[in-house]
Amino acid sequence: MRCFTPVLHACPQTVTKRELFSHISLDKCAVVWYNKAVSNIEFVCAATGRRPKGMFQNLSKVRMTVAKAMTECLAAEGISTVFGYPGAAICPFYDELYKTDIRHILVRHEVNGGHAASGYARITGKPAVAIATSGPGALNLITAIATAYMDSVPMVVITGQVNSDQIGRDVFQEADITGSAEPFVKHSYLLKRPEDTAEVFKRAFYIAGTGRRGPVLIDVPFDVQKAEIDFEYPDTVDIRSYRPSSTGNGNQIKRAAAAIAESNKPLILAGGGLFTGDAASLMRDFAEKTDIPVVSTMMGLGAIPTDSPLFYGMLGMHGCKAANTAVNSCDTLILMGARVGDRAIAAMKQRDDLTVIHIDIDPAEIGKNLDVDIPIVGDLTLVLGQLLEAVKGGADNSGWKEWLDGFREDKAIEPAPAGYVNPKEFIHALDRQLPHNAVVVADVGQNQIWTARNITINGGRFLTSGGMGTMGYSLPAAIGAKLADPSRQVVAICGDGSFQMQMMELATAVQHDVAVKVIVMRNNYLGMVRELQEKAYDNRLMAVSIDGSPCFTKLADAYGIANELVDSPEKMEGAIKRMLESDKPYLIEAAVEDFEKTIL
Amino acid sequence: MKHTISVLVENHAGVLARVAGLFARRGFNIDSLAVGVTDDERVSRITIVADGSAYTLEQIEKQLNKLIDVIKVKTLHNDSAVTRELVLIKVSCTPKQRPEIISIADIAKGKISDISTNSMTIELSDTKQNLDTYEELLRPYGIKEVVRTGTIAMQKGEATVRV
Repeated sequence: MRCFTPVLHACPQTVTKRELFSHISLDKCAVVWYNKAVSNIEFVCAATGRRPKGMFQNLSKVRMTVAKAMTECLAAEGISTVFGYPGAAICPFYDELYKTDIRHILVRHEVNGGHAASGYARITGKPAVAIATSGPGALNLITAIATAYMDSVPMVVITGQVNSDQIGRDVFQEADITGSAEPFVKHSYLLKRPEDTAEVFKRAFYIAGTGRRGPVLIDVPFDVQKAEIDFEYPDTVDIRSYRPSSTGNGNQIKRAAAAIAESNKPLILAGGGLFTGDAASLMRDFAEKTDIPVVSTMMGLGAIPTDSPLFYGMLGMHGCKAANTAVNSCDTLILMGARVGDRAIAAMKQRDDLTVIHIDIDPAEIGKNLDVDIPIVGDLTLVLGQLLEAVKGGADNSGWKEWLDGFREDKAIEPAPAGYVNPKEFIHALDRQLPHNAVVVADVGQNQIWTARNITINGGRFLTSGGMGTMGYSLPAAIGAKLADPSRQVVAICGDGSFQMQMMELATAVQHDVAVKVIVMRNNYLGMVRELQEKAYDNRLMAVSIDGSPCFTKLADAYGIANELVDSPEKMEGAIKRMLESDKPYLIEAAVEDFEKTIL
Repeated sequence: MKHTISVLVENHAGVLARVAGLFARRGFNIDSLAVGVTDDERVSRITIVADGSAYTLEQIEKQLNKLIDVIKVKTLHNDSAVTRELVLIKVSCTPKQRPEIISIADIAKGKISDISTNSMTIELSDTKQNLDTYEELLRPYGIKEVVRTGTIAMQKGEATVRV
């Protein structure tokens, strides 16, 4: 329970006493003192010491520090949870956070605050907030910022900065974070003028959460946080050089509809943009109406239920045979919110007889990695609405799906040797018990491919660091996802390599009572790099053995987290059941044979 | 292939760094870059001459447009635009050689902007190609220093690149 000191608030004299009291009574607060001063009416709110919600919505500017204004901006944006790690240069802001209802999740390393915000944002669909102090704190966030940038995750990152008159003098904990993060942000601000606070925050949230989503950084010097301003949060934002949402060009929509009508072997390639654009259900409607088979990138997994008869799997370097056969055999390929990453099209051959329709909100993605015949720039929701209208019925693609069905792989699995479980079998066992709406967060490496190829996503979400391939993403992102929607099961799946890049976050889950479930696939190797060395470097295994790793169940014990070791197929069902039934964090260490393959 | 790109940007601190950084990290080569404020002091114009294929040019335009501070991007074609560059060339020059150098400056419609006992500074404004020619004409006298502004360009006729 927190105690609040009553705080003096001020509002302009133009507000009548009656207006003021009607606002206060609406918010169930009491005024214990008020003074009609020369310029302001001052009052104290006794209930919480906070400004009553909605109080000044129609009133003009209020005098306060920038630090306080920053919390007001977050409140105005509907932010209820933030992820961060404090330090001296961001303390004025933390001191104001102390006086609010905003829940602060203290992570154990700044990068994980960024990943947690990413997980949170991907479930809510709105920008999430990560905070760090100046210098090393801010620099530690860069990997998370870049990870979010590559996967188009909306995020507002707030960092402290040294005093503005000391910038450039290499003072203690000074780093040029706007400069160093520039390649990985959608936009950034160094807040130099205190009076710009409201405008900068409004713009930051607007830019992060519209168009192609992405991280926006706001760097706030220490002295600026303490400066006083007349604050008013704007209702609207207008950036002349940024007009994000748009419908598709009508002519291109017609051309696309005609190409689809003529096609005998059409194929939809679903990307992660379907989630950020909130258009997955529209895509399903479109695929079902036109009876067009669907394959997906790793980021697009689950845009259509992975057990749908129309779905032919994930394509790419580690993709399924049916999906890669489909992209190499189709006559019309419809890319939806897929940026055609190199790993995704690794198995794809360039062909002249292929008509490519590319729908994306970011014009720079169209034609970047693949020649496109019909480009459609626009918001996926709007464009798919247009396409649904323009496409009359199903194309004559009889025989196409049946032919593709022949390439679906048998999911039969070789039993693991004694003392181990087969990771694919483990994922299937998890799959059988997971609720439909569960969120599965895979890390990077073999565990990611085992999960992506074997998990069923039907109403749930599959989250992973697709573009950047950042190890250590799963646990913090799972913590963020669980906080975004505590009603859903959230399971992080990682390897023993990636786990050791993030295991400190078990403490975050315990401290904030976040019931994430963690599965560590232990094979004592950095398995994916080892496989590469086996194949491409004549089996010279260099720096891929991770002997010396701790006992993960004992480590979970040390954190007070319930745990189990699963080292035989018989133990899987029970352990998974107990894990899912627990309303606390839970860890399963799955013993995987050292030389287990990624595929097969 | 050389492209002249006219970019209107918000006149903020750090905008040039964003534009230059974009060229560097996307592997686009810059031949020259000139920045100046427009008649609207909130807007600056960056004129970039870049080298690359049609694919590269398309990517440059698209990536520039993604920068929030970039208001407008327009590629100008050499046959429909006036392009100019200003150069200051300091050449070694004995008093006897002065008439020769002045005559070169006259041909080039330049002027002598500074003179000393053993040097002259010539100020020229022309297209990059012509300036290259004049520079070669002056080279035999001994060029001590060359300062070029980089190309600026404007469309011919009534067409404009404005906010």
